[in-house]
Amino acid sequence: MERRSERFHQARWNEPIICELDSPGERGIDVPRVSNAIREATGDGLSQLPDAVRRSAAPNLPRLGQMQVLKHYLRLSQETLGADFNVDVGQGTCTVKYSPKVNEQFVRSHKVADVHPLQDAETIQGSLSILHETGRFLSVISGMDRFTFQPRSGSQAILAMASMVRAFHESRGQAEQRNEIITSMFSHPSDAAAAHVLGYRIVTLMQDPVTGLPQLEDLQQAVSERTAALFITNPEDTGIFNPHIRKFTDVVHEAGGICCYDQANANGILGITRAKEAGFDTCFFNLHKTFSVPHGCGGPAVGAVGVRDFLAPYLPRPTVEREGDNFSLDYDRPDSIGKVSAYLGVVPAVIRTYAWICSLGPAGVRQVARTAVLNNNYLLHHIKKIPGASAPYAADAHRIEQVRYSWQQLFEETGVTTEDITNRMCDHGMHMWSSHHPFVVPNPMSLEPTESYSQAELDQYLDALRSVAQEAYTDPNVVRSAPHRSCVHKTLSDGLDDPDQWAITWRAYLRKHADNEDLR
Amino acid sequence: MSGHPYIPNSDPAIRDRMLAAIGACDIDELYESIPDSLRFRDELDLPGPLSCEMQLRRHVEELLNRNKSCSDLLNFRGGGCAQHYVPAVCDEVNSRSEFLTAYAGEAYEDHGRFQALFEYASLMGELLDMDVVNVPTFDWNQAAATSIRMAQRITGRHRVLVCEHISPDRLSTIDNYCRSAMTIDTLRCDPQTGMVDLNELRKKIGPDLIGVYFECPNYLGRIEVSGQTVSDAVHQAGGLSIVGTDPIALGVLAPPSQFGADIVCGDLQPLGIHMNQGGGQAGFIATRDEERFVREYPSRLFGLCRTDTAGEWGFGDVLYDDRTSFGAREQGKEFVGTATALWGITAGVYLALMGPAGMQQIGQTILQNQQFTRQRLEAIDGVTIRASGSPHFKEFVVDLSATGVTPTQLNRVLLEDDIQGGIDLSGTLAGHDGCVLVCVTEIHTRDDINRLADAVTRCVSQETDANS
Repeated sequence: MERRSERFHQARWNEPIICELDSPGERGIDVPRVSNAIREATGDGLSQLPDAVRRSAAPNLPRLGQMQVLKHYLRLSQETLGADFNVDVGQGTCTVKYSPKVNEQFVRSHKVADVHPLQDAETIQGSLSILHETGRFLSVISGMDRFTFQPRSGSQAILAMASMVRAFHESRGQAEQRNEIITSMFSHPSDAAAAHVLGYRIVTLMQDPVTGLPQLEDLQQAVSERTAALFITNPEDTGIFNPHIRKFTDVVHEAGGICCYDQANANGILGITRAKEAGFDTCFFNLHKTFSVPHGCGGPAVGAVGVRDFLAPYLPRPTVEREGDNFSLDYDRPDSIGKVSAYLGVVPAVIRTYAWICSLGPAGVRQVARTAVLNNNYLLHHIKKIPGASAPYAADAHRIEQVRYSWQQLFEETGVTTEDITNRMCDHGMHMWSSHHPFVVPNPMSLEPTESYSQAELDQYLDALRSVAQEAYTDPNVVRSAPHRSCVHKTLSDGLDDPDQWAITWRAYLRKHADNEDLR
Repeated sequence: MSGHPYIPNSDPAIRDRMLAAIGACDIDELYESIPDSLRFRDELDLPGPLSCEMQLRRHVEELLNRNKSCSDLLNFRGGGCAQHYVPAVCDEVNSRSEFLTAYAGEAYEDHGRFQALFEYASLMGELLDMDVVNVPTFDWNQAAATSIRMAQRITGRHRVLVCEHISPDRLSTIDNYCRSAMTIDTLRCDPQTGMVDLNELRKKIGPDLIGVYFECPNYLGRIEVSGQTVSDAVHQAGGLSIVGTDPIALGVLAPPSQFGADIVCGDLQPLGIHMNQGGGQAGFIATRDEERFVREYPSRLFGLCRTDTAGEWGFGDVLYDDRTSFGAREQGKEFVGTATALWGITAGVYLALMGPAGMQQIGQTILQNQQFTRQRLEAIDGVTIRASGSPHFKEFVVDLSATGVTPTQLNRVLLEDDIQGGIDLSGTLAGHDGCVLVCVTEIHTRDDINRLADAVTRCVSQETDANS
């Protein structure tokens, strides 16, 4: 019988680029104009500007009616496969889960949307109380003492942690000496990259070929009086938990380094194990991952950073303080690293997190982790049986919240790559991601099913994977030439790395390509 | 606990069925790799559950109702985040589930996301008169910091000049982000005109200089009239001109590329995005289409291409492998990850709605409203406007020091009338004690402005009466 997903076809509107839709005379919205009294008092407003600062020609923006703009963008939205539509277990490391609609209504009310970030504390007691209380929730979950919500992503959270590491060592006169940060290969690339921005030399621990984990002996070799900090994920991106993590943090502490825990994704261990007991001094959670804030095509977001008390003086300013029922902002923090981002960060993300935790309660938060792990091991159990698929490292062991699989055997037997499978999965209305670079696991596939998906949905995803894997053996060209039922067909992307051909805006495209082809 | 609405497989019967399928008896078996010494078994000290949505709504709305929003107040506070009118279509598009809940799909199943972000870059490119615009970063703070780091890598030099009239918070971000790679030196402005001090610029320019970062309009609302002179001087020394700007001004103001800027940055928040208590910020960076610039962007850059089917547009990443940290870890340029894509899409929708005429008209309305507000406030005894002979956009500095009223006192009195006054600059910006940064946009009517001016007049005259 034909599978349901084999009858899928995504919207394919063939929408022109909006600049091609320009229709002189149309307009999308009327703009407020001043009253006669103001016009009499100020003139046209423009004549007071020196010629040098006035724009001479109007910007070449398209002209469209309001419904035409709306329709164009709604069609583009239909050509985007959000988590609310597919069985979104295919984006490992990113913890794609249900973002409750009621939380969306909270943050879209004028009590949040139309609040200025620099209002007096007395006018934002609601927001401040939620920031303070959510900080307490995350302290309970992590064992840390204080939280900041200022970083606007996980990568910026890593930067904030690295900045506090630098400030701590500066305070002890060791900033120049301690110029190395140690991370592991299966930690997120930003652990290396964001720390490197501050000038740190990056030491990367490679994984053991059997366990998939970084090895204690390698860490012992790597630490020295140059060690500023350890930045590490656990479980790593393989979904394998490092049981020796406490020894890792002990080794780094003995060398005088700070232990920084990348908990961007903590979905499998909420209420199960904490940063504090593992010996970490600071950690961060991505509210847009574990804590249900929608990903928004890639932000806005929050990387909430928690610290032990000894690092609290270095937190970005301001901090939210409580006295009785009154909440205030403390800017007077002389040892603070200052501002890692504007204002208080993305407050609406914190409000969504607050509501999500309140809805679940203490047992529910733990249930999230337990169910995410159950779902993950359910997928693992079935995927290992698909011909051509495997789960490298830690053979026969259970995994925490995700697995990095490999299609290497399938590739060797059919020539079909993980990229081909990705492209074919979208013909089923599903997303499948390979992994970050470099591909340490050959022909990788990173799946993370979180707690949000029903057993029936997991079965649907498995069915689609089985179908594609089977096709790779029986009809590999169908897979290699995919997608067939997606929004567009296989892209010809060779020019994207060529300065003479790449076109990052429409005007650049016209300049480089208008002579070469009939545009439509 | 059983059956939370957000967790379908938390139902005990379903759980047991799945456990049986994988040959396990208990979920704890799945955690066998976590040593007992690290297991946390205490009750989590969290409230709830409020799994009933109605109860949750009542609880959260009760808290949020303790906020006063700028719909409750008449707002004149800005400083890098301003209250502009948000067209309904902008909210409609960015609340669509497809965009709201998408993340990192491929250019096929997320074709619409790639196209919407390519269009955002294209429309910003028209507004800025530049050929390359990034998928937006976190905010203007980050955009400025990254622009300076890009310039550092392009020039290979190690000292940057930053114009003093910058938001202190932005300067703090730049300092934290850039100081490991360069010295950050301050460029003063003329205290009378508020414009860049060209004599000091000439003294501080040298062969070690990465470039100059200045803003137009700047934190204090001033429109720099010597932008071309500054850019020329920097270029002569082999440096780069890096300029921050407010995109909503660019229907009427010349974009920085037209006075010599090499790298332009700023915030998208004014373009159809609610203030969101600071959560509506999004930083853009733009340059000319030269390889030496494009290779230094940390952000995703989406390029337009064709597919194997005639007439179809496709998209992909430009220079992904060697340039981004996704492709090259610490060997990539700075870092890339989640930032503010939803606001990029929204800004594109806004510019498509506004068109060329809308952008000109909104710039004009803001100029007129701002000039009218200045006139009204300047007429009050003891109140002066700093650098009042220089052109301003949207914001300006009101000096209260001759009135005997402090900014704190004024704002307290205004708040009693449900008016949110400007930012108190005392203690935050050198030489600006007793000053308030006032922000006026297209949302303000004549009545609104008169209400502010009348309230300031009452407050100042009461102080004068009290002292006489």
